[in-house]
Amino acid sequence: MGRQIGRLSELLEVRVGSAGSLVAPRARPRERGFRLALVAPSIGVLLLFGVFPLVYLIVVSVQNITMTDVDQSFQGLLNYRLLAGDPRFWGALLHTAIFTAVALPLELVLGLAMAELFIKHVPGRTVFVALLVLPVVVSPIVAGTTWSLMFDNRFGPINQVLGWLAGGPVAILWTIRPDLVYGAILVAEVWQWTPFMFLLLLAALSGVDKSQLEAAAIDGAGYWRTFRTIVLPAIWPVMVVAILIRALDLVRLFDVVWALTKGGPGTMTETLSIFTYVKGFQQFETSYTAAMALLVIVLLSVAVFAALKRVELAR
Amino acid sequence: MSAFHVRRRRVAVVWRTLAAIALTVFFLFPIYWLFMISFKTAEEIFAFPPRWWPSRLQFDNYAVLFKDGDATTVWNSLVIASASTVLAMVLGTLCAYSLARFRTGGEHLSNWIISQRMVPPIAVVFPIFLIYVLFGWVDTYLGLILLYTAFNLPYVIWMMRGYILDIPISLEEAARVDGCTRWQVLWKVVFPMARAGLFATAILTFVFAWNEFLFALVLTRTEVTTYTVQVTHYFGGQSGFWAKISAMSVLGTLPIFVVVAFMQRYLVRGISLGAVKG
Repeated sequence: MGRQIGRLSELLEVRVGSAGSLVAPRARPRERGFRLALVAPSIGVLLLFGVFPLVYLIVVSVQNITMTDVDQSFQGLLNYRLLAGDPRFWGALLHTAIFTAVALPLELVLGLAMAELFIKHVPGRTVFVALLVLPVVVSPIVAGTTWSLMFDNRFGPINQVLGWLAGGPVAILWTIRPDLVYGAILVAEVWQWTPFMFLLLLAALSGVDKSQLEAAAIDGAGYWRTFRTIVLPAIWPVMVVAILIRALDLVRLFDVVWALTKGGPGTMTETLSIFTYVKGFQQFETSYTAAMALLVIVLLSVAVFAALKRVELAR
Repeated sequence: MSAFHVRRRRVAVVWRTLAAIALTVFFLFPIYWLFMISFKTAEEIFAFPPRWWPSRLQFDNYAVLFKDGDATTVWNSLVIASASTVLAMVLGTLCAYSLARFRTGGEHLSNWIISQRMVPPIAVVFPIFLIYVLFGWVDTYLGLILLYTAFNLPYVIWMMRGYILDIPISLEEAARVDGCTRWQVLWKVVFPMARAGLFATAILTFVFAWNEFLFALVLTRTEVTTYTVQVTHYFGGQSGFWAKISAMSVLGTLPIFVVVAFMQRYLVRGISLGAVKG
């Protein structure tokens, strides 16, 4: 984990230039005490809440604690075997992957398109931007709730508008019909986070060197060519960070789905986070849940590692 | 420039403005709808076809929340988010200073800290819940405050490290030469210089804690329920709860909107983990 995180910090640090250091060649003992005293409380808290749970998960995951039975004997990889054979787990993994694979590109492309729109002259631009960012700061659980009001089959405005278009009453059960439920959740998710992409990419675009763009225009380069050769390399560092932040959030998707469907109908939209919650806090399958939580951490680390490796190759 | 070009540019601006208005309507309408429901009477909420606005602004839906005591969940959110923000800011800023100026622990420590930000909450909330049961911290202010502090610390450290690195080191050296102690340098030079950064980081930390749902869902019962959890308590019941759902949501959302309106210029740097210097 250490090394790929190192790459992440390099990426995040596009802007941090050289900075001096106050460290004298040989720090006096009192100075060292000062430095460590500053760090110690934070590290203590992080160890308590970061490392301790991890160790706990490892221990519990090789035992067999369920709601009815506290069996603390060593069970080896029993829970991991159960997990591997649990279609509901694989389903949750698949659903999470679908949400991520669809929402992330959508948010990126829509956000970029919006940024391209607002980088040009639009009257009242600051007001528009200020209004457009509001979805980002709404609590995700409230956002999901809002969309469940929007999607209501009888009293929601969406079916009403569709009714106007169709010329008759429409009563679509958006959050219940299997063929529509993914669409409904994705709309809510994309609605909330496209402005996030937009905001970051707008900032990145405004940093693109204008003289290069003008030179390209004089040379007769088309839009796509200019975008590929000048704009994209310039906004790439910010784009990577934006994608990473969103990808990590999508992998742990919980709130919006919880508000709209609670993973239903059946387990159709159950994500990894929701399945873990149900197993741990509704069915109290303690050891099983621990194994799953641990697996999620491992999978995520691998995914981040692979992603950062690709980013590095692409640079 | 020819008249033709000027005309074409004007037309382009008109189109862009129209597109901007359409986008704003799409992104704001759900929020508008949520707010409007909270002002409607039950008949208006459950009118078919739907009413696009209430006939008059009435605050009965809010009055009910205050009468039933449900509105205290906003107070709980305020206590928990504020306390954890103060704690995370104090601990995190000191740690960030040490990391930025002395390279304490080298790259490894910084990397480890930011990696803590990536651990999915659902994976850690489970063992934390079991430990909290043991300590009797479930459904207490202390439990949630400590957890949110831990959850936000990597963010604070990361952001403040960036802001502190932006401060010219010569200022601190000058203060040292003038006889300031280490702590005085912190108080008299670093903190004042990093004021904007402190402010921006604190506000975003507050927003994260304020909006958090999963931890609060698992670790609260009745005593310190936050507003995000309270909103979901009305789910699944009769649809008569819509008025409460929307009024509760507005009570929780409005403060954040006010805060964001004042800190617009810090938002980009904050939500991009410092990748964009706002």
